[in-house]
Amino acid sequence: MKKPLLRASNLASPKQQHNWDWRAASNFIAGGAGGGLLLWTSMVNASADATRMAILLGLILIGSGLTCVWFEIGRPWRALNVYRHFATSWMTREAVVAVAVFAAGGLAFLTGTFALVLLAGILGLAFLYSQARILAANKGIPAWRHPRSISLMIATGLAEGAGFLVCVLSLSSATVGFPVLAGLIALIVVRAFAWNTYLGALVADGAPDATLKVLTGIAPRLLVVGHILPAFAVAGAMAGMPGRAGVSFAAGILVVAGGWFLKFTLVRRAAFTQGLALPHLPVRGRGTAGPATKPGWKAMPGGKAG
Amino acid sequence: MKRYVMSIDLRRCVGCQTCTAACKGANATPPGIQWRRVLDIETGEFPDVRRTFLPMACMHCANPPCEKVCPTRATTKRADGLVAIDYELCIGCANCVMACPYDARSIVHEAHYAYGDTPMASEAARFDPDRIGVSMKCTFCVDRIDLAALTGQIPGVDPEVTPACVNSCISGAMQFGDIEDPESNVSRLLAQTQHYRMHEELGTEPGVYYIWDQS
Repeated sequence: MKKPLLRASNLASPKQQHNWDWRAASNFIAGGAGGGLLLWTSMVNASADATRMAILLGLILIGSGLTCVWFEIGRPWRALNVYRHFATSWMTREAVVAVAVFAAGGLAFLTGTFALVLLAGILGLAFLYSQARILAANKGIPAWRHPRSISLMIATGLAEGAGFLVCVLSLSSATVGFPVLAGLIALIVVRAFAWNTYLGALVADGAPDATLKVLTGIAPRLLVVGHILPAFAVAGAMAGMPGRAGVSFAAGILVVAGGWFLKFTLVRRAAFTQGLALPHLPVRGRGTAGPATKPGWKAMPGGKAG
Repeated sequence: MKRYVMSIDLRRCVGCQTCTAACKGANATPPGIQWRRVLDIETGEFPDVRRTFLPMACMHCANPPCEKVCPTRATTKRADGLVAIDYELCIGCANCVMACPYDARSIVHEAHYAYGDTPMASEAARFDPDRIGVSMKCTFCVDRIDLAALTGQIPGVDPEVTPACVNSCISGAMQFGDIEDPESNVSRLLAQTQHYRMHEELGTEPGVYYIWDQS
């Protein structure tokens, strides 16, 4: 196989991160959906069985994501050290919230008490928010540190949670009510808006070319699979289309699939490092300083000379 | 209060990578891991092209994003400005690797040696199992800085207590010292030159100054 030509200049450009692989991505993918599912479960007046099923699914999603992360970290037997920095680390806060989620969710699953279901839902939202802040705190990855990534991660987590809830309600004896379907459509619209706002702001504020290429590349597929198709399916179910439960289930799955595709792309494929920037090239001999350079970026915002 | 920083005169750097080799020698980093590296940057369009050498490592930021995100407090900022890692606490979650905008940190999950699975005698003698599976980076040769507190020597002036890369630099491009001391070599050099710190817009307040012209 022919090896790509390694140019010295390429070493200076932003590089795709490889330290957080699919296992880390799984935590954001599954955990965010689980948090959203717990929240909406607490908001919908579903049957006891459906509520229990949704809570169990939410906890499984969060637990599987955290388990994947445990398999990724370099020193898994020291994992409890994660609780040592609550003051500033969102990873610590996520871990603290996770314990509370499992406690409240577990009790809610066992007892079905409304107060515990509600508490689990609020903690699910807190878990989702913590995950969004973990990504945004990483200044080394421009696609993550953009402030609008927070609203995007929350919006997709909530949409995925609602998608899962619709799936659970479709499978249970309970029918998927009109308000739930209307809520799912609203969340699809909100996620589409958050995605477009995020991508637009990222383009405007600057990001590595490779990041923008990946994100703009998935935009059409995300629009069709993650937003238009499920919105039509939900609209069909609301309009009384035959096989309403099946159509609702398909809509929920599509909303989840779109969100997971988005998050995997954001965490893995579009995650390029900052790279370097030289506001001035050095003066050599009697020459003059060269122009600013920022390899792998189209523009060069910021940068102060001393 | 001390604040140790480094200045790198880009006008002087010739890209010889001696600092890279000196760092590897001093810190016994595994194959493929360079705490100190010199990037070779080509810019411009023929025939108006330039070549710039850029030494990079941990910037020992005053506002280190790696320290904020670290869930274990393994990464800390010392009173003298150095950003340190406690290998005993680190869980290798790589959050700090993602937080660093200077690509300064790395994690090695398995022991690797220059010639396969069997270490050379020198590698075996200096292998540190504590550095497997945890985050690591340039320390500004912290053991030497700590030695200065015992001997009364001055980092940046006395070679025994100065980072290996600075000692090795053949062109004198790299200087080290206390920026809070107006008489330190670094303070005087920065007062005479134009310089910048990389990615200042991110608010990290890095401790490495790149000199590009005289004042």
